[in-house]
Amino acid sequence: MTSSETRVARQPRVGLFATCLVDLFRPSVGFASVKLLQDAGCEVHVPVAQTCCGQPTYNTGDRADTREIAEQVIEAFEGFDFIVAPSGSCAAMLKKHYPGLFKGNADWEDRAQRFSDKCHELVSFLADVMMVRDTGAALSARVTYHDSCSGLRELGVQQQPRKLLANVGGLELHEMKDSDVCCGFGGTFCVKYSDISNAIVTKKVGNIDASGADMLLAGDVGCLMNMAGKLKRLGSDVEVRHVAEVLAGMTDQPPIAGSGK
Amino acid sequence: MQLAAKHFKASASKALLDAQLQKALGNVEKGFIGKRQKAADALPEFDALRDNARDIKNHVLAHLDLYLEEYERNVVAAGGHVHWAETAEDARRIVLDICQKANARTVTKGKSMITEEIALNDHLTANGIEPVETDLGEYIIQLRGEYPSHIIAPAVHLNKDQVEGDFRRVHTHLPEGRDLSEPVALLSEAREVLRKRYFAADVGITGANFLIAETGTSVIVTNEGNGDLTQTLGKVHVVVASIEKIVPTLEDTAQILRVLARSATGQDMSVYTTFSTGPKRPDDPDGPGEYHVVLLDNGRSAMLGTEYQDMLRCIRCGACMNHCPVYHAVGGHAYGSVYPGPMGAVLTPSLNGIEETGQLPNASTFCGRCEAVCPMRIPLPKMMRHWREREFERNLTPLTSRYGIRAWAFFAKRPRLYRLAVSFGMPVLSLLGGKSRRLHSLPFAGGWTRHRDLPAPEGRTFLQEWAQREALKQGSGH
Repeated sequence: MTSSETRVARQPRVGLFATCLVDLFRPSVGFASVKLLQDAGCEVHVPVAQTCCGQPTYNTGDRADTREIAEQVIEAFEGFDFIVAPSGSCAAMLKKHYPGLFKGNADWEDRAQRFSDKCHELVSFLADVMMVRDTGAALSARVTYHDSCSGLRELGVQQQPRKLLANVGGLELHEMKDSDVCCGFGGTFCVKYSDISNAIVTKKVGNIDASGADMLLAGDVGCLMNMAGKLKRLGSDVEVRHVAEVLAGMTDQPPIAGSGK
Repeated sequence: MQLAAKHFKASASKALLDAQLQKALGNVEKGFIGKRQKAADALPEFDALRDNARDIKNHVLAHLDLYLEEYERNVVAAGGHVHWAETAEDARRIVLDICQKANARTVTKGKSMITEEIALNDHLTANGIEPVETDLGEYIIQLRGEYPSHIIAPAVHLNKDQVEGDFRRVHTHLPEGRDLSEPVALLSEAREVLRKRYFAADVGITGANFLIAETGTSVIVTNEGNGDLTQTLGKVHVVVASIEKIVPTLEDTAQILRVLARSATGQDMSVYTTFSTGPKRPDDPDGPGEYHVVLLDNGRSAMLGTEYQDMLRCIRCGACMNHCPVYHAVGGHAYGSVYPGPMGAVLTPSLNGIEETGQLPNASTFCGRCEAVCPMRIPLPKMMRHWREREFERNLTPLTSRYGIRAWAFFAKRPRLYRLAVSFGMPVLSLLGGKSRRLHSLPFAGGWTRHRDLPAPEGRTFLQEWAQREALKQGSGH
């Protein structure tokens, strides 16, 4: 590739924060992220000292454990030019919530703020920072896109995935009704308030079906597992994938909760 | 009402199976969301007005004592009376006292959440005074012996045919064969019945959307005109309002009014915006002979200076619950508190303590839609999280959650141990997924699998696979 010669002198060094759900349930999203970042001209690193961003403890009210987890993440990642996560909610945790955990501890608060300034959600990082317009992927499919809440409302991820998907050859985007309404996942909410979560995801799945799409995409594996789990329980054929898989042209793995073609 | 927030989960599950309720709840999404959006889109400065409204209230809260004193001076100067009520009990006693001094037998009431908060109707009834709700929604739920399920649409949990049934049951003096099939017929009937009550009432009780410090004025916004009749036709007008309703000036009131109705119903302004300053003056054509304001604290001053202070900016527009997926699913009564939805999930623990109300701030996906539409930019999810923190600190979090989360944290803080555990665990879980690549049920995961399948993991973890690829690259001299 000669394109790298026209870029900045040095490739940006990106630490990929894979997120626990991608690491444990959907490694192909990790590899799709690596490919997208490398194609965009980044040098990608995957620090081994990563586990979880701390959202489960944070949202349960366990601030002390959350702070320790945050310190661990900051120590492992603060050396990179950028920290990128293929998830709106984990990226929002890193970017929007870490500094507040260290209120009253000026050294750590500063350090967390410098770290947070470098954190990004994958698709918005590609579009807004690396100025990617076309990932070069092609896929013949009718897709619908769900806006996961944290990415949408905390980080403003909305147009970026749609613009990149618009340049995927052969792909048609069919917007569903209320694409910006919660799917009912909410982390531990979906098991703590299982019946309410079910009512919310049932409504969401109805909107997905009504869109006429044969593939559902979103940027957060948690939401995707929730929607895929409900779609499959109801016997739907809609394929469920992380948007990075499609943008990277890596749809050879079977879809989430599906056995593939 | 009886606080039943600790039964939230059971009430919610019951609400989900209530077909009548579910049908009615469809109206919340249909009736409010699109209209608010349209009103917001039509006003280019809407977001700037929200910032302004937030700043006004923040200023008030920083100087609340001064503005309350200024307000009191100006009410008195206009010939009114101010009564300070520290608790709900104080407020009930004061209102009853005013009513008794006026020899009141019936009182009419404009719509007021504060009188719900202090359970005024029960107290008046127990003391031989009949309260008559005059807002249509409030009137309907009073007939049914219920309490509001929404702060601006108290009967939103009901369908038209239920209301028709109630009217036929109660309005037995009207012809049985009358046609009540159209909503407007119900409205006319209620209007006719209530009209007589206004003239018979001795005291009119209203809430207030604003208390204006510079003029000593109380303001109500309504759509039915019932508030005006309530407060002008009675001999005595009693305003019951909480201390954070204060705004410094008329100009500030006008600023906040511009975001209130737009956020609530999507109207530019409510049909009626009524300013009341003192009792009837000699030259006034009408008005009450006496004007009283009962200023309620009931835990609010204790919120000042805490992480819950921002909640005191709330202007009770209802936008948070109108946009809440949990509220849409279960309706307002399931919350078991006077204030439902996201604002209630923050305010109720502040007023009633977290011990009995912990379910409310937990029952949120943190989707953030409430904060996104709040005209006063109240960070509702953040404050719900703070309540979860107070619970966790005081060991009030349910034990299964507590142990579960501590176990997760134990591994999450030890990357090597975590790697070891997941490198064995995930392939096993993957195998259990079989050919379908999903699990229909799994021990200890009933919360998930009761309603949906669990997608099987692909197999080895991303970090395992990555390490192997990197090692291969190194090995091949890359």
